[in-house]
Amino acid sequence: MKRLALSLVAITLVVAVTAPSTSAQDTVRLTGSGATFPFPLYAAWFKAFSAKNKTITVDYQGKGSGAGIRDFMNRTVDFAASDAAMTDEEISKVNGGVLLLPMTGGEIVLAYNVPGNPKNLKLPRDVYTAIFLGKITKWSDPKIKAANPGVSLPDQDITVVRRADSSGTTFVFTTHLAAVSEEWAKGPGVGTTVNWPKSDKFVASPKNDGVSATIKQTPGAIGYLEYAFAKFAKLDTALVQNRAGHYVAPGGEGGPAALGSVKLPPDLRAWVSDPTDAKAYPIATYTWLLFYKEGKDPKKAAAMRDLVEFCLTEGQKTSAQMGYIPLPPSVVDVVRKASAAIR
Amino acid sequence: MKTLDRESAASASSVSGPPSSVEYVVDRGFRFLARLGVWLVLVLLGMILWEIGGKGWAGVRDYGLGFLTSSTWDVGRGQFGILPHIWGTLVSSLLALAIGGFFGVAMAIFLTQDFLAPRLAQIFRTVVELLAAIPSVVYGLWGLFFVVPAIRPVAAWLHAKLGWIPFFGSTLSGPGMAPAALVLAIMILPTVAAISQDALRLVPYKIKEAAYGMGTTRWEAILKVMLPTASTGIFGSLVLGFGRALGETMALAMLIGNSNQISLSFFSPANTLAALLALNFPEAGKREVEVLMYATLVLLAITLAVNMVGEGIMRLASRKARA
Repeated sequence: MKRLALSLVAITLVVAVTAPSTSAQDTVRLTGSGATFPFPLYAAWFKAFSAKNKTITVDYQGKGSGAGIRDFMNRTVDFAASDAAMTDEEISKVNGGVLLLPMTGGEIVLAYNVPGNPKNLKLPRDVYTAIFLGKITKWSDPKIKAANPGVSLPDQDITVVRRADSSGTTFVFTTHLAAVSEEWAKGPGVGTTVNWPKSDKFVASPKNDGVSATIKQTPGAIGYLEYAFAKFAKLDTALVQNRAGHYVAPGGEGGPAALGSVKLPPDLRAWVSDPTDAKAYPIATYTWLLFYKEGKDPKKAAAMRDLVEFCLTEGQKTSAQMGYIPLPPSVVDVVRKASAAIR
Repeated sequence: MKTLDRESAASASSVSGPPSSVEYVVDRGFRFLARLGVWLVLVLLGMILWEIGGKGWAGVRDYGLGFLTSSTWDVGRGQFGILPHIWGTLVSSLLALAIGGFFGVAMAIFLTQDFLAPRLAQIFRTVVELLAAIPSVVYGLWGLFFVVPAIRPVAAWLHAKLGWIPFFGSTLSGPGMAPAALVLAIMILPTVAAISQDALRLVPYKIKEAAYGMGTTRWEAILKVMLPTASTGIFGSLVLGFGRALGETMALAMLIGNSNQISLSFFSPANTLAALLALNFPEAGKREVEVLMYATLVLLAITLAVNMVGEGIMRLASRKARA
C-alpha cells in the first residue's frame, strides 16, 4: 500500500513537471505517409525538426508512393510524399489544389556482384540497356570487355535482379531506359511495374532491401536500386555512361548536376529522364512532398511551412551524407517561394 | 414423515435435482452465444466474399476467363493474366507438401511410437511446434541467406549431370522454385507433424498390442496397423498443410523470384498468387486493384477446391476403412 502511494506521488510529480512545457493545446501533430525511398532521410529530418520545435511532432509512414497519394486524396494525412509526383488526373481530384514540392533527389545505381570483385565497372549506354533487355547474358560479353580494358571478367551468366513490387524506383529507371533505347520504349515500356523480358535469369525481389540482399547473395547479379540503399549495403556500383559520353560514378557531383540540368516548370513537376549536362549522373530523380493548398487547420499549415523551411535549410546539409542529392540552390529558392502557398 | 425428510435432505445436497432458473438462463445464454458464433463466421465469410467480389467484379467482367489462361502482367498496357501465378502456386505447394508431408509424418511416427523416452519426445515436440511461431519474413531471409547458397552447388551438379531431365533444365541463379519449395516445406512441417501426432496418439494402445500379439514386427505394426488406423487424421493434416502452403506469402515473395513464366525446371524463378497480391496491392491503381481482387477470388476458389477434394477423399477413405 505504501509503495503504491509512493509511486502515485511520483507519477503526479512527473506529470506536474512535464505538463507545462507541452500542454496538449499547443502541440501540433502532423501525419504523413508515402514514398519509402526517401524514408531514412525524412525520418532523420523530421526527428531533428521535432527536437528543435518541441510543440510540433511529425509522424511519417513509409508505405510507398502510391499508398501515400491514395491517403492524400482521401485526406487521411496532413501531407504525403511521392517519387512519382502526382498525375494530372489525381491532382484534379483534390479539392483546392495540390502543392508539389521537390525536397531531395536520388540516384538509381546499377549494383553488381561479379566474382573477382572488379570495382567501378564501366557500363556504356547500349550495354546496360541490352542487359536489362536480356540481350547481353554473360559478363564476359565482348561489349563489356571493350568498355573495361584490363579488367578480368568471368564467363558467368548475368542474373538481372529487379523490383517485384510496383515502385517509384522502377518508374524512374524505366523512364531513363526508354529515353535511351527505342527498343525499351517499344518493348517493356515505362511504369511502376513493367512487362520484363521472360527469362530464367531475371529474378525479382520485394523492396530496395530485397533487391540488395539478392544481389549480395547471387554471383553474377546486377540490379537497380536507390543509391542510399546500395551505399548502406556496401554493394559495388557501376560507372554509368551519360548522354555526353562520360562515365559517372553515383554519389558525387553527378547528382546535383543532373537535377540542375532540368528546368522546373511552374508546378515543379519535372523528370530527369536523360540529363544533358556533361558531369551529370544519368539516372536521377526528384522526390516530392505533397501539401494541400486548402487544408483544414491553419495551425497545421503554419507548422508545415516551418517544416519545409527546416528541410530546405538544415535538411539539405545532411542529405548528401545519407546518400541523397541536395537540391541545387536555385531550386531551393523556387521551392521556398512556392511553400508559402501551403494553407 | 420420515421419508419426506429424507427426500428433502437428498434434494438439498444431491447434484441431480431439477435445474434452477439461473442454470436455465446460463444454458440458454450459452446456446445462444454458440449459435451466434457459428452464424458470425458465416456472415464474416459472406462479407469477405461480398467485398472482394464487389471490387473484383469489374475485373471479372472485363477480363473473363482469358485472365486465367494468359501470362502477361503489364499494368501500363492494361494486360493481365495469372496463369504463371496459378501454376507456381500449385507447383510450389505440391512440392512443399511432398517434402514437408513426408518428413512431418515421419516425425510424428518417431515421436509417438515409443522410439524416444517420453520426456525427450516432449522436448522434440516443443521444438517442432516452435517452428510454427517463426514469422514468415524470417523464413524468407533465412532462405535467402542460408538455403540459396547451401543448395547452389547441389543445383549446379544436378544441372550438369542430369540437365536433360526437364526438372533440372536450368541453372539456379538465386531465388527460384527449389529454395521456395524447401522453405515452404519447413513452414508447413509443424502443422503436419502436430496434427499427425494427435491422430497417431488417438489410436488405442490396445490395437498396437494386439498387432504385436499376432506376431508382427515393430515396423509392420506401425505401417500396417497404426498408420492405416490414423490415416484420416494424417490425411487431414496434409490437407491443412497444403492449405497453408497455398496462402503463404512473404517468404515466397522473397524466395520464388517473382518471374511470370512457366517452367518445369525447379531452379527457374516462378511466381505465386499470394506473392502477386502482397507485392502489388500497396501501389495499385484502380484498374489493377480490380484485377488483383479477381486474382484473390481465384486463390479463394483454389483453396476451397483443395479443401473440398480433401474432405471428399477423407470421407471415401473412412467409408472404406469401415467396410
